[in-house]
Amino acid sequence: MPSLFLTRFRQGKRTLPFLKTEAVLPERFRGLPTLDQSRCPSGCTECMDACPTDAINGEGGLQIDLGRCLFCPECSNACPEGAIRFTSQYQLATSNRNDLVLTEGEALRLAARLADQTHRILGRSLKLRQVSAGGCNGCEADVNVLNTVVYDLDRFGIQFVASPRHADGLLITGAITQNMRLALEKTYSAIPEPNIVIAVGACAISGGPFRDHPEVHNGAEGIVPIDLYIPGCPPHPLTILDGLLRLIGKIEKPK
Amino acid sequence: MKPRSFSVSVEMATASSVFRSGEAIPLQNIPLLSIAEFRTAILSAMSSTCSLAALFGMPAENRRIRLIAVAADSATSSLSILSTEIDQSYPCLTLECPQAHWFEREIAEQWQLQPEGHPWLKPIRFHAPYGSSGDLPPPPIPGVTDFFAMHGREIHEVAVGPVHAGIIEPGHFRFQCHGEDVFHLEISLGYQHRGVERVLVGGPGKRTIHLMETLCGDTSIGHSTAYCEAIEALSLTAVSSRAQVLRGIALELERLANHTGDLGALAGDVGYLPSAAYCGRIRGDFLNLTAALCGSRFGRGLIRPGGVGFDLDKPLISNLQQRLEAALKDVEDAVALLWGSSSVQARFEHTGSISRQTCEALGLVGLAARACGVERDVRQDFPSGIFRFAQIPISKWDSGDVFGRAWVRWMEIQRSGEFLREQFASMPEGPMLSQTGPLLPNHLVVSLVEGWRGEICHVAITNAAGSFAHYKVVDPSFHNWMGLAIAMRDQQISDFPLCNKSFNLSYCGHDL
Repeated sequence: MPSLFLTRFRQGKRTLPFLKTEAVLPERFRGLPTLDQSRCPSGCTECMDACPTDAINGEGGLQIDLGRCLFCPECSNACPEGAIRFTSQYQLATSNRNDLVLTEGEALRLAARLADQTHRILGRSLKLRQVSAGGCNGCEADVNVLNTVVYDLDRFGIQFVASPRHADGLLITGAITQNMRLALEKTYSAIPEPNIVIAVGACAISGGPFRDHPEVHNGAEGIVPIDLYIPGCPPHPLTILDGLLRLIGKIEKPK
Repeated sequence: MKPRSFSVSVEMATASSVFRSGEAIPLQNIPLLSIAEFRTAILSAMSSTCSLAALFGMPAENRRIRLIAVAADSATSSLSILSTEIDQSYPCLTLECPQAHWFEREIAEQWQLQPEGHPWLKPIRFHAPYGSSGDLPPPPIPGVTDFFAMHGREIHEVAVGPVHAGIIEPGHFRFQCHGEDVFHLEISLGYQHRGVERVLVGGPGKRTIHLMETLCGDTSIGHSTAYCEAIEALSLTAVSSRAQVLRGIALELERLANHTGDLGALAGDVGYLPSAAYCGRIRGDFLNLTAALCGSRFGRGLIRPGGVGFDLDKPLISNLQQRLEAALKDVEDAVALLWGSSSVQARFEHTGSISRQTCEALGLVGLAARACGVERDVRQDFPSGIFRFAQIPISKWDSGDVFGRAWVRWMEIQRSGEFLREQFASMPEGPMLSQTGPLLPNHLVVSLVEGWRGEICHVAITNAAGSFAHYKVVDPSFHNWMGLAIAMRDQQISDFPLCNKSFNLSYCGHDL
């Protein structure tokens, strides 16, 4: 028994003071990309050719679709001029699918708070049912991390619950396989209204690396209405937490 | 299970092509046997020190299917490959060689072949059969199959999933229970099936490495290493020692993170919250070391054909060394509580036991096999990369229960920690990436890697143009799901979460 107390003492308190100080991310972390088209040699398509999910579009100005982006280093490695670089900004969640399409010079329009009435009902206590539907389990792992002492999701009034009947919303990961589609639809229909849907990761938003495989549905769009998009492959736990907190109005001002 | 003999039989040596993991061989060197010879050769190999690393079908001429078997002999570190061609059916191997059971179900599902006499022939992934002919039957409905059932007034059935109560992947479980006791568990998967193997044909392309990194997200390093070693063998590319060390470091960090997380989850499943809370956090500390190396907690972007995508400089190495020491100290402290708590031990011991005999018959791999006393570890038996020079002792225990699987994890945490200390202290110089050229046409390569769950096997076969004619992935979970089902026999159903976590198998790695 004494060793239990000594261990408790040695392990210390490790919960991140999330809303008070800025989180420190590794130097090589790949967050929000920045675009500088003035560096692009005319006719160059290196970044587009390298992108595994065709997230980069050059017509009418350089654009990256963060909903498809795997945040891999291929485009920035391919670009000889440094026109695409990844920054350490981890705040990436948006309320609309179109807001994920990043254009040079435009700030990312981060997620807005829920509409007043929904916010009044769900803003202080949000229970989520998670459904995993055809990804790699990376997103699930980093959603799960929010329940550790480091992120302590409970303190924000957000909990994952075992039954859709107990839930206020659905958090979806995976590209939605044909084999999981029915289970997803049934889970969604079992959640009482008002409810919300959160798509976490490139798979749930666009199919991710499995996009256009006949076995998957290219994400949850068109199956259930989505209220929050959290891009990444997988998104960093801070990215997911930031998105959830914006949704319930705990972070009011966009960065 | 036949008695083990310690010499490879004569039939085996003559009927197959013998080579090593990570060695490309011309397709013409692979013997094409009659089905009778094929069966005899496999069965005699399995009665020696061999295990079945892969058994799969691929299209051959005249709408026939070529079956290819890879037998791995740990005693000689050699692989034997043999093949045969099948029209529609063949006498199954499973009755005499249970470890072929899941492979033959896969072959039947993918290629509409009939392994005659197979005792348990049901879909494993619930997809439409492969092939382009117009008369394909419609895909089966996932989870709808002929489940094993028991009858009796006091027997009841418990069905769980595909959506589970936690943040976990989908799968369907059917328990046949008498009161609290589980007589039988049947596991039905396929919900995560996203068709990865099929799109790899014709590659490699720009998406291939990303598909490898997402075959199984918690084993990104393991699978991408197996893939890259296959590509390097097929393109005759030499990887620098430095890149090999960095790959080894990443592989062991992946093991540390997952083993630590699992020990915490096991503690949580028996209601012992201190270790659960600490290990949950320390797992993240190990993931963050990988993130310091390559920007991604799961090692995305790190392993690339020809080497690695990121290098380490001196300040970063010393930063990683310090953080590693702190995390290893913390994990030792947190895990020691488990071994010192009699209530935890009482729940771990004699729960979910598998005998060594059953383990070998089913062909279990990785830590689940080592917990049954089987000395089986790719890093020792079929070493590649840095593991040819820096050997990590095999960690094993012989109880075969939840305790055994927890204890093997703990031994491996210590030994991986020791390996990392040595590697960080003596990094060789060299380029991080070598250029890879075109792939050899009409070749086959088998690449084995010991992921944190166990043996990862990739088989790449090229066509005349040097593209993939076929690509086979065998995740360790593919071997081990049956082990979980067997471990649950005669257990209380309330021990299912504990048994399940002690294996912690992958759904996506199985479903592909």
